[in-house]
Order: sequence, then structure tokens, then C-alpha cells
Amino acid sequence: MSPSGAEVIRQIKQQVEEVDPAEVSEHLGNGVVLVDVRESEEWDRGHIPGAVHVPRSYLESRIEGAAPDRAARVILYCASGQRSALAAHTLKEVLGYSDVASMTGGITLWKDRGYKVDVPKVLTPEQKERYGRHLLLPEVGGEGQAKLLDAKVLLLGAGGLGAPTALYLAAAGVGTLGIVDDDDVDLSNLQRQVIHTTDRIGTPKVDSAETTIHALNPDVNVVKYPVRLDASNILEIIDGYDVIVDGVDNFPTRYLLNDATVRLGIPVVSASILGFDGQLSVFKPHDGPCYRCLYPVPPPAELAPSCGANGVLGVLPGTMGMLQATEVVKLVTGIGEPLIGRLLLYEALGATFTELKVRRDPNCPICSRDPEEIVDAEMGVFPDYEAFCAAAG
Amino acid sequence: MPVIKIPVVLRPSVGGEKEVHADGSDVGSVLRSLAERHPDLRSQLFGPDGSLNRYVNVYLNDEDVRVLDGLDTAVGENDVLNVLPAMAGG
Repeated sequence: MSPSGAEVIRQIKQQVEEVDPAEVSEHLGNGVVLVDVRESEEWDRGHIPGAVHVPRSYLESRIEGAAPDRAARVILYCASGQRSALAAHTLKEVLGYSDVASMTGGITLWKDRGYKVDVPKVLTPEQKERYGRHLLLPEVGGEGQAKLLDAKVLLLGAGGLGAPTALYLAAAGVGTLGIVDDDDVDLSNLQRQVIHTTDRIGTPKVDSAETTIHALNPDVNVVKYPVRLDASNILEIIDGYDVIVDGVDNFPTRYLLNDATVRLGIPVVSASILGFDGQLSVFKPHDGPCYRCLYPVPPPAELAPSCGANGVLGVLPGTMGMLQATEVVKLVTGIGEPLIGRLLLYEALGATFTELKVRRDPNCPICSRDPEEIVDAEMGVFPDYEAFCAAAG
Repeated sequence: MPVIKIPVVLRPSVGGEKEVHADGSDVGSVLRSLAERHPDLRSQLFGPDGSLNRYVNVYLNDEDVRVLDGLDTAVGENDVLNVLPAMAGG
């Protein structure tokens, strides 16, 4: 007579190594891959911090994404320790994982012992549908989407670069989008600033951007700053944001932004455009170089024309803005290799990308110092600042 | 002969070219020989004392010459120099 289901489970549990929650708690983060094999609804109600979610029903198809190294220590858990024992048996006997264990008593015992549980932000059914293509990506998934929904991203400028960046960040579900821009929509903007529309000419850009963003994704909270960024307001405005997207059109503000973000430790995704050329880099304070390490001083005004004076291909800020939006999503979700310490050049006519190294300057006047030493009076200032601004008008 | 990539703002000084060639065995001699052919470039690249202007970054292939040997950095026949001032357009 075939054994009962209970008997099979009992026999399999005898063949699988079982570990106590105390041991799991001790080894969390030490190269151990902790896998929650429960169903999605159970995971959403709370899971062990640092665990990855691979439902038992998808074990064979998804485990390699969570634990690519079959020699790594893998500990599985479920609600009570039965499903994880069965899954551990499969990993060991069928998939060839050599160092697998199942946690005794599952998350129920874990909680009884008073260990910490993360309760993830639960997406509504509508959000699950809206962000479904993100949820399918193991690198983003529900956790990454929750990070996006919790993220606060500040866009400096709702112009050429800010307009397309804002659209994609809104679509991606970035929870709070701050927008700093004191301009009104002008007919000449519409060749590239795709967040604005013809019927909104003359209205403030922050209002126009808000209208488009809310039409695209009502999840997004838009915070409007219809002001010009200067030394008197920058710290107050940028404080509390997770990432800043720099698309400003002048050097004094770029240096000011750099110094303020180094002071507060906020990463900046920076792009600039002119004609058919774009530049892009990510400045993450103290993890890599800052803007002043790359460009210690700005060029003289005659070598620093604006897009208004020199022209720009309308698509170009779209291309560069998309790259900025991509870097923002990577920084927020913590995936991939952000463009830190690298400068990406795009030349549209030749359709070429060039990557250059950017080194941290050990003598950088700003980022080589303790952030608390940076005082208001020196923020945004560079040699010949007054002359530069006078020449630039 | 090494290739020098010219940024948008300096192209009017070299007849609109995106890329030019110039002879020289190090960064300084390549850029000086370029500036001899295109005199408008001289003050854009070099200060009165002959040093590279601080607002111009020069990369040998993908590395900033400031972290190499500056203008004395050796340049090979097949190397690419990128001349790059900051841009602020947004």
C-alpha cells in the first residue's frame, strides 16, 4: 500500500536538514540565501527581512534567479516548516543544491520567538495591473515597485530634460515627484518639452506638468516649486528627497546644486544637452566623484551657450531624459550599476555613445571635506563667479 | 596620427569638424600642433602660461589626463583624445 501524504512528508523531513530560527537569525546577511516559499498573499502579510520570495509552485523555474550558486547555503521557510522541507528536498535531490536546509516551525515559530518581520507595502489590485510589467521582472518585483511608490524624486526644471524624465518616472509609479520651475509654457518649448501641450501655453510649467502627470498616473503626488533655485532656498527645497534629477540650464545652479547635495548626501542624476550632443553622469556624494571633481570650473560664457542661443535637436533631451529616468529607477530600487564615476557622451548625428572615467578629486573643494563644514556662503561659488554671471547675463 | 574629438562649442574654431587629426607624441604637443593650425583654439585650450585651461577636460581614450601625466601624457598613433568642456544646457 502506498504511504499516506503525512507519512511521505515525515520521511522527507527526516532526509532534510532542519535549522532553528535562532540559527537563521544569527546567520542572516552572512551570504545565506533565505527563501520564502509561501504563496504571494502570505508573503504580503509579512516576511523575514532579507528573504527572497520564490513560491513553491514556481520553485524549479525561479530558484536560479534567487540563488544562482548551487553550492551556496540556502535556507527555506514557509508557515510551519512542511512546505519548506518539501521544497528543500526538491532543491537538493532534483536541482542539485548541495547546502540546503529548512527552517523549523516556519515563520510562525519565528514570530513567536519575537524576531522581526517586514510587512511589505501591499499593492492594490489596480496597482498590480498598472505595474504588472515591473512585477514580472525579478530585479524589480513587488519590493522594487514598493520602493518606487515610496520614493521622493525632485526634478530641477520641467523643461527639455525634466519633461520626458517626469513622464517616465510618473509612469513608473514614483510616489512623490517634486518639480522646481518658475517658467511658463511657451510655444517654442513644445518642440521638445513633451509634458506640456499647446492649450497650456502661458500657464506655469509646474501646473502644466502636474496636469499631465495626474492624467497619466493618479498615484503620483506632485509637489510644485514655482521658484528659481538659489542659495537662500535650495537646502529647504531639496531636503528629504531621495534622488535629484538635474536638468537645469545654467552653470551657477549646477554648482549650487552640487554643493548642497554633497552637504545633504543626496545623489544627483545629471544630464546636459547642446545641439546634437548630450552628457550624463550620476553624482552620489562620497560614493563617487561630484560635479566639481568632473568640472572644477565652468567654461567662460562664450564657450557655454544655452540651447536657447545654440539650438537643440528636439529628440535629444528625450534620449538623455530617458537615460536619466533609467538611472533614477536603478538608484531607487537598488538594481544594476548606476553611472557613478562614469560620464556617458551621446552624439546623435553619429549615433555614438562614449564612456569616460570620472575620478574623485582628493583635493575637491567640496566633496573632499566633511559635509558639515560646507557653509552657506561658499555654496555654488566658483572662481570668478561674479564675472561669469555678469558675462552670462 | 591620433584622433581628437572636438566638442560642439569648439567646432567653429576647427571649421565645423567633429574629429580632427594632429601630430605629436604627447597630449601637449598634439594639442599645440592642432592650435597652430587653428589659432582660435589656442586661447580656448591654453592659458597665457601654456597650461591647459581648468575648464577644459582632456581624456586620453577613456581616462582624464589630469590623473595621468597631464600634457606630458604619451599619445600613441591609434589613441583618441576627447576635448570636453562642461555643458549646462537643459
